Amino acid sequence: MSKIIDRSADIGEFVPEKDDDILVCRCEEITKGEIRKAVHMGLYTMTEVKRFLRPTMGLCQGQICGENVRRIIAKELKEPIEALKETTARPPVRPIEMEVFGNEVEKL
Amino acid sequence: MNTSDVLIIGAGVVGCAAAYYLRKNGVSVTVLESDMIGNGGSSRNGGGVRISGRDPRELGICAYGVKNIWPTLSEELGIDVEYRQKGYLVCGYDDSHKRLIKDRINTAAKFGIKMELKEEEEIRSLYPYVSEHVTCAGWTPSDGVANPLKTTLGYYIRARENGARFITGEKVLCIEKIKGRARKVITESGNVYEAESIILACGYGGRKILNSVGIEVLMQKKLEEVIVTEPAPRLFDHMIGGMSGFYGQQTEHGSFVLGSSCGRETYLFNKSNTVSTYSAPSFICDSIGVDIPALKKLKVIRTWSGWIDRSYDAVPIIGNIEEVPGLFVSIASSGHGFGPGPAVGFILSELAQGRPSPVDISKLHYDRFDYVKYQDRYFVSDVGGSFS
Ligand SMILES: Cc1cc2nc3c(=O)[nH]c(=O)nc-3n(C[C@H](O)[C@H](O)[C@H](O)COP(=O)(O)OP(=O)(O)OC[C@H]3O[C@@H](n4cnc5c(N)ncnc54)[C@H](O)[C@@H]3O)c2cc1C
Repeated sequence: MSKIIDRSADIGEFVPEKDDDILVCRCEEITKGEIRKAVHMGLYTMTEVKRFLRPTMGLCQGQICGENVRRIIAKELKEPIEALKETTARPPVRPIEMEVFGNEVEKL
Repeated sequence: MNTSDVLIIGAGVVGCAAAYYLRKNGVSVTVLESDMIGNGGSSRNGGGVRISGRDPRELGICAYGVKNIWPTLSEELGIDVEYRQKGYLVCGYDDSHKRLIKDRINTAAKFGIKMELKEEEEIRSLYPYVSEHVTCAGWTPSDGVANPLKTTLGYYIRARENGARFITGEKVLCIEKIKGRARKVITESGNVYEAESIILACGYGGRKILNSVGIEVLMQKKLEEVIVTEPAPRLFDHMIGGMSGFYGQQTEHGSFVLGSSCGRETYLFNKSNTVSTYSAPSFICDSIGVDIPALKKLKVIRTWSGWIDRSYDAVPIIGNIEEVPGLFVSIASSGHGFGPGPAVGFILSELAQGRPSPVDISKLHYDRFDYVKYQDRYFVSDVGGSFS
């Protein structure tokens, strides 16, 4: 069962920070400020932020920035990082050429 | 107080759009979502916004969205939903496909929608990236694509900002009537919500909830998978599909999003979770290698799957339910509910305010099923990318 979250609950105003310009997701070039703002737009889960803004959606699939994105969102929600669910890790583990992946069809 | 004018069950594209349009009219709204915002089909689909190939009964809704909502949606929401009306090319490989395309052209013509048959020579010159394996094709200029993630979350963000109350993690178990009208909703956590009208837009999950007020609908749940590639220089703007079953688009971002099923899902996988397998993804990669060889070397970076809530005749169930006044439903979108999603949300918002639907939805009634009559359609619907 998922945790019940009232999306109208007050999480306070967005307060600009000095390092908002810092790049968090290098693959998709998403800054800390953009992620923090998305939380204030009502995106209270890591998956929603990912789907709206694309952090962790690039070539590395969040293997580099995933934890940082999670920490930034949790902090904005004033919650411990463990309270925030990670996004689903999805196959393939490493990028794979379509031509190669297509060979698997023989095993169907 | 857990009371509002309208209660919406399910925060997919339909529920979020309905909430948005209700708030625009100042109606108080609560949306209950068992999971996160948009974690159902609405964030897992191929982004196809099509009129072509649709059943005549649902064409009106699809056309309403393409004419009245999609062209200005980014502007309206102030969020780029990446809608592009650049056509849809469906690739065929033999005479039986050519016949199917001609059938679709005839249906489309009856509704004033332009669709053309492209023969080999024209295909080679207009769509040079398509291989010689493709010997005929259907071309529908008014079809298009959009970004499902931005659309669904975009409606949510603006609806919430305008005062809609969304509660996630709140799974609805049943509806209760008061004096014959649908008025109360009870959730797994034991919370009770009340409203004047209830909109049910929660895909397959809606079946059990309808059972609680004595209504059964003919629908099943089916797994469908999608792959996404690394970004690449722009190859084409239009949506593409093949008679082998795949469909997809090159997104604004540059990556290719391509979906399909492999035909065995119903037998292979357990029904409780969406799972990623190698079956449909390898089938998609193989089909693409044959039809669009230029993409062969592109790397797949992610795959995912989603549920298709399919009705017995693969046409959605939309509208009111006479036996349960005050209840309005949109379920069984049958694998193509993203394109019409905004229009369906708008229509439900109108119904919930006691106004008529702007398009005829009478043939999408839940009680329409006639086993014998629809048996043929049931199988035909699996051919040629009808899920997109
Ligand atoms: C792989 C794939 C590809 C597709 N491609 C296309 C395409 O290219 N074009 C197109 O038009 N369509 C496509 N579709 C179909 C499209 O995604 C769906 O028809 C559409 O998203 C349905 O929207 P919805 O709002 O009705 O339902 P959903 O997005 O499924 O939302 C329903 C919501 O209700 C919630 N819910 C369920 N049960 C309960 C409960 N008991 N209580 C509270 N909440 C509940 C769910 O968690 C979910 O968030 C595709 C679907 C899939 C899976």
